[in-house]
Amino acid sequence: MSHHIEITVNGTHQALDVEPRLPLVFALREMLDLTGTHVGCDTTSCGACTVLVDGTPVKSCTMFAVQADGCSVETVEGLAAGGELHPLQKAFWENHGLQCGFCTPGMLMTAKALLARNPRPSEVEIRRGISGNLCRCTGYQNIVKAIQQAAAEQSTAAAAGD
Amino acid sequence: MIPAAFEYAAPKTVAEAIALLRGADSGGKILAGGQSLVPMMRFRLAAPNLLIDITRIPELRIFKEESGYLRIGAMVTHGELERSAMVGERYPLLASTARVVADPIVRERGTICGSLVHADPAGDWGAALIAARAQAVVTGPAGERTMPLDDFLVDTFTTALGEDEILTEVRVPTPPALSGGNYQKIERKVGDFATAAVGVQLTLSEQGAVEAVGIGLCAAGPVSLRATAAEGMLIGKVLDDASITAAAAAAATQAEPTADTRGAIDYKRDMVRVLTSRALHAARAAIRA
Repeated sequence: MSHHIEITVNGTHQALDVEPRLPLVFALREMLDLTGTHVGCDTTSCGACTVLVDGTPVKSCTMFAVQADGCSVETVEGLAAGGELHPLQKAFWENHGLQCGFCTPGMLMTAKALLARNPRPSEVEIRRGISGNLCRCTGYQNIVKAIQQAAAEQSTAAAAGD
Repeated sequence: MIPAAFEYAAPKTVAEAIALLRGADSGGKILAGGQSLVPMMRFRLAAPNLLIDITRIPELRIFKEESGYLRIGAMVTHGELERSAMVGERYPLLASTARVVADPIVRERGTICGSLVHADPAGDWGAALIAARAQAVVTGPAGERTMPLDDFLVDTFTTALGEDEILTEVRVPTPPALSGGNYQKIERKVGDFATAAVGVQLTLSEQGAVEAVGIGLCAAGPVSLRATAAEGMLIGKVLDDASITAAAAAAATQAEPTADTRGAIDYKRDMVRVLTSRALHAARAAIRA
């Protein structure tokens, strides 16, 4: 039996009818055409499918869409505002924080949640924070550098805005 | 991989959830964080007819100290416990366990109680909370019953839960003065199951003798194991290098690991020895003056 759910995705209200067994990631990719969120391992290991649900990072292959009823979901498509890259996206670009790019959507969403909770993380905190996201190009050095740069830019911007 | 079809319900109270379980005639399954159950369903190792989502039951979010216990409700996540300043200050065993469960994203959704109900002998909370001498609070149609976690964890993937019961809470005794604790784990990579892990909860007397000690072993047998021999030989002793070495050897002897891709039996048994020694030293160091 399908269930009617209402979710907000990247600020847009969406009403969907979903079978309970549909993982959230497939609702995003196949029903809403938001294919920025990637399916990697499909078994809760790799973190490529990480999205934010009410601000919390979630492996969207390991949550059913029906569970997200009433929640706010944020995907990689929601990062760039008005054609401007998000500071994290810009930092990943500038630091070569990606090679093949497959893990990048998950890395970005995890990094966003990390910086929201801890605006100036140490290198160790960043490495611990992204330890649920696998990069098979082994670009961790540059991913860490990118997150450090975004953290520095965001806190400078926050200070300038005070 | 899409799971077998199931019905879904999201009750608002524990009583409603239990009524749903009863009505499902043993085909119902409780969904909390889903970080073990959902992968099992996607592999079709589990195929419940009805999934009862308890994430919208406010009473299961209880997380506070009360009457000599830390009450951890069924919906408390590893991440919430990991970030708790109160846990960091007064429950070093729990704090050091929460940091190494699965990976940081899984910790945001996975729950302590859900991990216990899953009853994987390689699960961290079974060993840690056996060391802490935690109590399982089980709620069913007839009300609540409480039992030591040792009795709740029956066998691999098997608990003392009846078909119409829910693990609603786990209660961890608030450690008295001169107590410390620690959890030590070896894993091949973040998110893998433990190769071996050991939890220790310790209380010393004013004279420095061991007044109480709990030692739990993870991935060291068909179920989370209490290292009873090691505990017994430490009571009343001064915790020094000699007594720690002897207790660690006893814990290793009691361990019953199996050989797999993470290591051979002899290696794993030896890691139980090493980790028991490290956890005892660290637990002692965690005692506050």
